[in-house]
Amino acid sequence: MSALLSVKGLEKTFGQVVAARDINVDVPQGQTIGIIGANGAGKTTFVNMITGHLTPSGGTIQFEGSDITGLPSRKIMRLGIARSFQVAQVFPTFSVFENLCAATAIARSGSSVIGAALSRFVSAGTSADAETAISQFQIGQFRDALASTLPQGVRKLLDIAMATAGNPRVLLLDEPTSGISLEEKFGLMDVIMGALKARGTTILFVEHDMEIVQRFADRVLAFYDGTVIADGSPAEALGDERVREFITGTLIRSKDGKLSAGRASHA
Amino acid sequence: MTGLRILLGALILGGLGAAAPFTPLWLISLVTLAMSTGLVVCGLIILWRGGLVPFGQALFFATGAYTVALSGRWFGMTDAFLLVALAVIMAALVAFVVGFLLAQYREIFFAMLSLALSMILYGVLVKSETLGSTDGINVAQASFLGMKPRGPGYTFALFWLALGMVFSAWLGVSAYLNSVAGQLAGAIRDNEIRVEYLGISVTNLVHLKLTISAALAGAGGGLAALSISHVDPQMAYWTTSGGFVFVTILAGAASVPAAFLGALLFEIVRTIAVALLPGGWQLILGSVLLLTILFVPEGLGSLMIRKRAAVAEKGAA
Repeated sequence: MSALLSVKGLEKTFGQVVAARDINVDVPQGQTIGIIGANGAGKTTFVNMITGHLTPSGGTIQFEGSDITGLPSRKIMRLGIARSFQVAQVFPTFSVFENLCAATAIARSGSSVIGAALSRFVSAGTSADAETAISQFQIGQFRDALASTLPQGVRKLLDIAMATAGNPRVLLLDEPTSGISLEEKFGLMDVIMGALKARGTTILFVEHDMEIVQRFADRVLAFYDGTVIADGSPAEALGDERVREFITGTLIRSKDGKLSAGRASHA
Repeated sequence: MTGLRILLGALILGGLGAAAPFTPLWLISLVTLAMSTGLVVCGLIILWRGGLVPFGQALFFATGAYTVALSGRWFGMTDAFLLVALAVIMAALVAFVVGFLLAQYREIFFAMLSLALSMILYGVLVKSETLGSTDGINVAQASFLGMKPRGPGYTFALFWLALGMVFSAWLGVSAYLNSVAGQLAGAIRDNEIRVEYLGISVTNLVHLKLTISAALAGAGGGLAALSISHVDPQMAYWTTSGGFVFVTILAGAASVPAAFLGALLFEIVRTIAVALLPGGWQLILGSVLLLTILFVPEGLGSLMIRKRAAVAEKGAA
């Protein structure tokens, strides 16, 4: 199977600081990949390079066989790679419905400025798309609330729902559960994954909570010191010596040899 | 916009047009001038909603005015419709060119850079003899599709032209404000990163807004040139730009009709202020601005909308 997204020899330096080096990853269609690593290990740099927020210092990124290295983010977005943010990026003075209308209206107007000037903001099409997203992400009770008044979890859902407006092939989620209480995390991820799986989206998500990673990822990329030190199924990757030493730290091997995740995994 | 509102707008403007022959000429001239300011303010509203305040919109206003004056002087053009169309095109063209620079900036930098550009035009106009220097240029009386009304008829004709321009601007600007690009103004003000990551270029959106606002300013400038029958570098000066911002604050960005009412109020207040305090009329104008900001910070348009909302609520209850 040829990869949907293929990253080769990717690196990023900021002056003397090496933020990412020699990253090689092939992402096949439909996979859900968890990205783990300590703060500063290069996870967000990796996401930022794929989505065009940062220009790589070296290496290539291929999407559906064409080179997208260094393109501006909105062009990458138009090709079908979307992202959400660690701190949810929504329009605070718009309601939930209007936020989603904005997202779907841009997608429907073909992302061109002239198209945007000639198409209506609230049309039957944009409203229908917005309502679909509201029900898929289960935020109906907040439909008319201003985004600035939303609870953290709902704001995260809205951010992700907006990112899916253009029906992206690949969606990168930067810490979808950060700032969410432990009790709510799983429910939130269930909603996110349910909505995205229904659309057949290929997902890469950055996550600190190993329980979440084990539950939701098909595959794990472990970052350390700017590069990938382990790549495999959750069991393989989380069992890796170096991953246990540098990232999870608190993973406990029980008597029967099975892995169980520790809670204090924010090392 | 509903057909009913369009019909209502057409009736109001048509009524004004029909009332013209029974109105003193000075008042008609004043209202025509107010409509030219209102056209510029419509453009400012478009930028304002996106969080952009240009301190140099007179650049496009003067471009429109001088286009009318010079087309008459150099090429002998007299048709008012053609002259106004040229004014719109030239102003939009200038905005399209300077937009490659201006659209990169936001907030105070956008404001001051637009001011700088308008002051460059002012300097060029003052220094250049062929453009009339400080004295400016007289604008010949225009014709209207071959008709050449004179005396009071000319004032009426310009007034009717202005009404037509206001009607078109109202329809066009309302359509734009309800479009995706228009509604994204608030989104740009709120969060540019999010807009970019939805796949659309904020720079291009700002560029488009600037060009549309300049076309409106050019229309206002062209109309003013015809109405005053004279253009001078003062039209590009920063106090002219300041006047437009003044009216925008007075009117608020909430509605297009408010832009014209605000412009009318501005002209009336200025006329009365000059009559009362010939040497210190700015004192009165400044006080009005102060009171507006203190008591109606969202502008006159917000009063209209609040009232409409109150009526709707009462109707629902």
